[in-house]
Amino acid sequence: MLWNTLLLALRSIRRNLMRSFLTILGIVIGVAAVITMVTLGNGATRAVSDQISSMGSNLLMVRPGQRYGPGTEAAPNFKSADVEAIRNQITSAQAVAPVVSMSATAVYQARNWSTVVTGSNNDYFQAGNWELAAGRSFSETEERAGKTVCVIGDTVRDKLFGGQNPVGSEIRIKQFSCEVIGLLKAKGQSAMGSDQDDTVVMPLRTVQRRLTGSQDINRLSLSVREGASIDAAKDQLTLLLRERRNIAENEDDDFRVMDTRQIAETLTSTTKILTMLLGAVAAVSLLVGGIGIMNIMLVSVTERTREIGIRLAIGALEREVLLQFLIEAVVLSSLGGLIGIVIATAASIFLAGLMNVPYLFDPGINLLSFFFSAAIGVMFGFFPARRAASLNPIDALRHE
Amino acid sequence: MSDPALIRLSAITKTFGRGQAAFQALKGIDLAIEAGEFVAIMGPSGSGKSTAMNILGCLDTPTSGSYEFEGVRVEQLSRNQRALLRRHYLGFVFQGFNLLARTTALENVELPLIYRGEPAAARHAAARAALEQVGLAGWEHHTPGELSGGQQQRVAIARAIVTRPHVLLADEPTGNLDTHTGEEIMDLIGALNRDQGITVLMVTHEPDMAAHAKRVVRFVDGRVDSDRRNGEPA
Repeated sequence: MLWNTLLLALRSIRRNLMRSFLTILGIVIGVAAVITMVTLGNGATRAVSDQISSMGSNLLMVRPGQRYGPGTEAAPNFKSADVEAIRNQITSAQAVAPVVSMSATAVYQARNWSTVVTGSNNDYFQAGNWELAAGRSFSETEERAGKTVCVIGDTVRDKLFGGQNPVGSEIRIKQFSCEVIGLLKAKGQSAMGSDQDDTVVMPLRTVQRRLTGSQDINRLSLSVREGASIDAAKDQLTLLLRERRNIAENEDDDFRVMDTRQIAETLTSTTKILTMLLGAVAAVSLLVGGIGIMNIMLVSVTERTREIGIRLAIGALEREVLLQFLIEAVVLSSLGGLIGIVIATAASIFLAGLMNVPYLFDPGINLLSFFFSAAIGVMFGFFPARRAASLNPIDALRHE
Repeated sequence: MSDPALIRLSAITKTFGRGQAAFQALKGIDLAIEAGEFVAIMGPSGSGKSTAMNILGCLDTPTSGSYEFEGVRVEQLSRNQRALLRRHYLGFVFQGFNLLARTTALENVELPLIYRGEPAAARHAAARAALEQVGLAGWEHHTPGELSGGQQQRVAIARAIVTRPHVLLADEPTGNLDTHTGEEIMDLIGALNRDQGITVLMVTHEPDMAAHAKRVVRFVDGRVDSDRRNGEPA
C-alpha cells in the first residue's frame, strides 16, 4: 500500500507541475534566506573575533573619555609625562605606546594617497603585533629628535610604490618630506572593518611638531608582559591615571581603559545582535513562504476535494487518500527545503567571499529551517486534505 | 422472491437537513434488483432518483431502512468497509465524467487497480484492454483536456469496468453529451450488460436513453411510482 500510495503521490506532483513549483518556491526562498542570513552573521562574528585575537590578548587601550554631569567639558588628552609615569610605575607593562593620529596625504613622485599618519614609538609595533617586512624601526635618536622618518604599511606601499621597494625613498607628507626606513607586514582588515595596512608611522615628536602642533597624545596602547595579570595591570593603570589627572574620590574616570577581551565582547555582541536581527527578518520570509503555500493549497482545495471524491468513489480508503496527500506534502516541502539548503550554501559561500568573512556551516540552522519548512508544508498540504477526505464521497464529488 | 436478489432496498428513507429545514428526499423505497438486470431509474427533478443512486452506490448512507448487497447489510458497514465494497464490486460513471485532470486516459483507468494493489504490468494490460473495449485504443496518453466529451465518458466507463465490477452505476451518463454521442455511449453500456453480464443501474431523465434498459423504475416525490419491464426483449 505504501508503495502504491507513493506512486500516486509522485504522479500527482508530476501532473500538477505549476502548483508543485509554487509550493516549493515558497519554501526554497524562506529556507535559503534564513540559512544565508544566519550563516553570514556567524561568519561576520567569527571574523571579528579572529581579528581581535590577532591583536593579541594582552593589549590595553586607553582613551580620554567624557565625564557625565554638570559642567561637562571634554576630558583632556594625555601628555608625554603620562607615558613616562606609566613606564616607570606599571611594572607589568611591556610596551607603552603613545598614539597621535591624523589623516594626511602622502605623495611619492606623481602618485598621492590619502592615509592615516600615526605618531608613536617603537613600542607601538610591539603592542600592535606589527612585524617589519623590510627595513628597520626607529632609532633612539630619531625618536628623541623627531626626525622625518617613517615606517609605512603595505597598502601605502602598494598605492605609492607599486611593486618597488620603498625603503630609502622619500615621500612627502604635507609640507615636509620624510624618508621611508621600514615596511610593515600586511595585517588586513581590522575588527572595525578598516584597512590596518593603510598607515604611515612616524616618531611621536615628528607628528606633534610638524602635523598636530601640540604636545597632546590621543590615546595609549599598552601590552602587558606574558604571565602578568591583565586585570591587575588595568587596576594599577586606572589608579595611576586618576591620580595624575587629579580625579577626586567621588568622581568618575574621565578616561577609559579597555582590554582586548572587552573589545572583543563588545564587537561580537554587536554582530551577534545583527545576526539575530537578520535571522528574524529571514524568518519572516520563511513565514511568508508558508503563507504562500497555504494560499496555493487553499486555491486548489476545490479541485483537490473533487479529486478526493473521485478517489473515494472508486474505492480508495480514507487513510490511503490521506497518506497520499501527506507524502505529497512531505516530498514537496522536503524537496523545497533541500533546494533551499543548496541555494543557501552556494549563496553563503559566494557572499562570504565577497564580504571577506569566513564561511561557517551551521548544522543547527540548516536542520531547523528544514524541519520548519517541512512542518509548514505538511500543515498546509495535509490538513485541508484531511477535512476533504472525511466528507461523504458524494459531498466531496459535488464540492463547488 | 425465490432466488436471492443482488440488491434489495427495504423502506429506505433519506432526510437532508434538520428541524424546520429538514427535507425528506426518499420516503420509503422498496426495490429489488437481480444480477444481470439493466435498470433505468427515471423521474422528474427532485424525485429522489439521484439520492437513491448514491445510496445504491454506497456513496451516501440512508437515514433509515435496510440495504442488502449480495446478502450484506450495507447500512451496518463501516466507512472503510463501504469503500472496499465500492472498490471490489461497483463501478461508477458520472454525468460530469469526474476524471482526474491533467492525467492521461491510461492513468485514469489504472487508478482503481492501483487501489486494488495490482502489479504494474497487470495494471497496464488491463487498462489498455479496457480502453480498447470502449473504442479508445490509441488514445491512452491523452489527458481529459485533449478528449471530446464522448471520449471522456468512454474513459470513465473504461475506468468503471476495468475492475470487472458486479454492478455498474451510471448517473445521467449522457446528460452532458449530444444525442448522437449519447446513443453511442448507451450502446456501449448496453453491450456491457448484454455481453459481460454486468448489472447496470442508470439514472436518466431522457426516455430515449431509458429505452435501452430492460426495466424502468419511475420515481415521483421520493417514492417508487411505477416499475415495469420494457416490452422489447434484450
